[in-house]
Amino acid sequence: MPERPTSPHASIYRLMHTMVLSFLHRIAGLWMAVGLCALVYWLMSAATGEHEYEQATALFSAWYFRVFLLCGLAAFCYHFVNGLRHLAWDAGLGLEKLQARRSAFLVVVVAAAAFLITGYLLFAPRASVL
Amino acid sequence: MSLRTPLSVVLGRGAAGEGVSHWWAQRVSALALVPLTVWLLLALIRLPLTDYAAVTIWIASGWNPLLLVLVMLAVFWHSRLGVQVVIEDYVHTHALKTALLLLNSGAHLGLLAAGLYALLRIALRGAV
Repeated sequence: MPERPTSPHASIYRLMHTMVLSFLHRIAGLWMAVGLCALVYWLMSAATGEHEYEQATALFSAWYFRVFLLCGLAAFCYHFVNGLRHLAWDAGLGLEKLQARRSAFLVVVVAAAAFLITGYLLFAPRASVL
Repeated sequence: MSLRTPLSVVLGRGAAGEGVSHWWAQRVSALALVPLTVWLLLALIRLPLTDYAAVTIWIASGWNPLLLVLVMLAVFWHSRLGVQVVIEDYVHTHALKTALLLLNSGAHLGLLAAGLYALLRIALRGAV
């Protein structure tokens, strides 16, 4: 069989910030895919009973799980905003090189703002409760 | 000489003969997830998450069970397609790739089934 081109050619290009964003989109997606286990565990514990639910919330409030969930929220904010950028590209918008580089910065700023706001609302007021 | 037209030979056939359905499914599920995940995130912000009674009552009330089922279907569909592309791009050993793709589909399907079962159990608790 002839040698076929394989994708993606991550190693032969000069590193650009748009490339880093593209990698991050995948890493964020994979992180959330692992996070789905936590989502299902949370639902299962709520379906089983109050005692099991309390065990689950105790686990979720452990510092390492907090870090995992906060990273998951950051991953969600970034993947969401950058996903909108991808959908715009699929509609044929913003495909010029300069536009794509500018929208990259916009994505980072909007995602960071969304993460700070939702992270504060989700985690800060409950810090004393959990 | 074949009497089939060139068009009928290529119609609906991508590299693996399945056309662009994967590409479309990824985008359609992404579009569905835009409003669904915003709704879920806002709901989670409002909920007292450590309160078992409040959480289970919220899951079971109004249209929430239906919306939660939709969230689960869309998110697991989207996630399975996304992880599949990552495996196809970075794993080049045929046997390992096949094994990982099977594991990907199985894990997503199994977790989805468990999540839906849990949701229905909470939502129908009063009814059963």
